[in-house]
Amino acid sequence: MKRPRKLGRGVALVGVGMSKFGMFRDRDSKDLFAEAFRNMIASVDKGADPQDIDALYVGNFSNDFFIHQAHWGPIVSDLIGHVPKPATRTEGACASSALALREGIFAIASGFYDMVLVGGVEEMSKRSTEEVAEGLALATAPYEGRAAFTFPGVFGAVATAYFDRYGASREHLMNVTIKSHNNAALNPRAQIKATIRSMMESKRRRASEKGLPEPTWQDEKEFLRDQDANPVVAWPMHLFDCCPISDGASCALLVGEELARRFTDAPLYVVGMGQGSGSGFHAADDLTTFQATKYAAEEAYSMSGLKPEDVQFSEVHDCFSIAELIHMEDLGFFKPGQAYKAVEEGATRRDGSKPINTSGGLKCKGHPVGATGVAQLMEVWEQLRGEAGERQLPIKGLRIGAAHNLGGTGGTCTFTIFERR
Amino acid sequence: MEKKPFNDISYEAFLREEKLMGSKCRSCGELFVPPRPICVKCGASEMEWVEMKGVGKLSAFTCIAVGPPFMKQEGYTRDHPYCTGVIQLDEGPRVTARIEDVDTKKPEEIKVGAAMKVKYLHRGEGDRGATFLAFKPV
Ligand SMILES: [Zn+2]
Repeated sequence: MKRPRKLGRGVALVGVGMSKFGMFRDRDSKDLFAEAFRNMIASVDKGADPQDIDALYVGNFSNDFFIHQAHWGPIVSDLIGHVPKPATRTEGACASSALALREGIFAIASGFYDMVLVGGVEEMSKRSTEEVAEGLALATAPYEGRAAFTFPGVFGAVATAYFDRYGASREHLMNVTIKSHNNAALNPRAQIKATIRSMMESKRRRASEKGLPEPTWQDEKEFLRDQDANPVVAWPMHLFDCCPISDGASCALLVGEELARRFTDAPLYVVGMGQGSGSGFHAADDLTTFQATKYAAEEAYSMSGLKPEDVQFSEVHDCFSIAELIHMEDLGFFKPGQAYKAVEEGATRRDGSKPINTSGGLKCKGHPVGATGVAQLMEVWEQLRGEAGERQLPIKGLRIGAAHNLGGTGGTCTFTIFERR
Repeated sequence: MEKKPFNDISYEAFLREEKLMGSKCRSCGELFVPPRPICVKCGASEMEWVEMKGVGKLSAFTCIAVGPPFMKQEGYTRDHPYCTGVIQLDEGPRVTARIEDVDTKKPEEIKVGAAMKVKYLHRGEGDRGATFLAFKPV
């Protein structure tokens, strides 16, 4: 990076919407995107006319594989009545819609367009778990797939390297999981809207209804250590270390900065953004870091003039519990090898010094991969506008929030910082 | 051997001959396994093939209970996980490889840093055949 990045024209976020995230037999990508689109339009305080949208960018990783349909730009364009205006699909594995966001920002910053719709969609649940593992593994680096790595497997391996290097253990990962569930229980949009404790209670109740012996877990960690309740997926990643399989869509409306107040008195401004690329995780000099995240963060921080400590809260790409630790270190929120201790001390809870994934994260909110990058903006939007309800951060003068998105085994990473002025 | 392009097809053809091969930059001497056609250290494109000794250390690993369908066909299931990992070769580069001859039901006993040596897994026959790189404890 030779000089700090800047936008030729400021860009503002004036609306965000998500579909429900979940595993739906009776819903498809189009109807999910339509839901996200309607919710996005409804989120624009002073209203927006969809006819004014100049262009559309939609992220989708692999509906080609999951439902055997490619070329999602025009499909979404047709769906929302946008034809014949331009529609472009972006692909960056699980960061596909963060790339759509960036393309939308560039398109407005260049002066070419004034209003752009960005979003993402993925429809994963109509395949078996094994097929989903195979589909997602298309986004590993070539030799990782050959060695039969799955995504949980890659992050399981990263965890063994992190444990070995820093002395952390599965117990520390459990702290991440418990925190994500505590946040998700307060998020009406979460796919898994339950604390670990409430899940333990319902399992006890079901056992007693069936006349089976009631499990005797003393606390959340004892539940998470129970191989029946929390089976191994790719050791040391267990079920509760992994995000669920999800269908869903997301979208957001971007306009030129000088137009923002026509749409809302509380727009969010893009103040920092970065993107990096990485070799396969195995080829990195250090197996406990993603160089693409570090590069993206460096771009975003230098563009904004902000430091990691200035970011008051962030969504980070917690596809797996270990990933949340690694990203927080790569983004500079904690020093290398310190994130697991900070989580243990409560620093990343809503009442901590650096709240992380207040939405419940990918772990609980759900992770329809192509939709995730833009769906992360939902939490930044609600928190910075004071609309997060029971999850609202108790920080005075909440002004700066960010979102980090990772694709593949660290092949594509983005970091975007927003400001409420 | 000199004529083979520095690509994945050649790398896998060598594996079928039970050779773990990398490319070495003729200009700066940097070694790449799997092979690269362009030196990402100095930018040169003149490479030569070099054979690895096939020994190294385990850098990271996982025991996978839910694998893709092709591993299911090999007989790996939730009750019979397979191990895969990252090996740091004695010569320096890191490679991904299946890890064999370890107890995947007791992953706590598999140790990062353990000494490993190469093993070749031949699967299928003829044109459909492939050889997968694996390592096992020394
Ligand atoms: Zn060189």
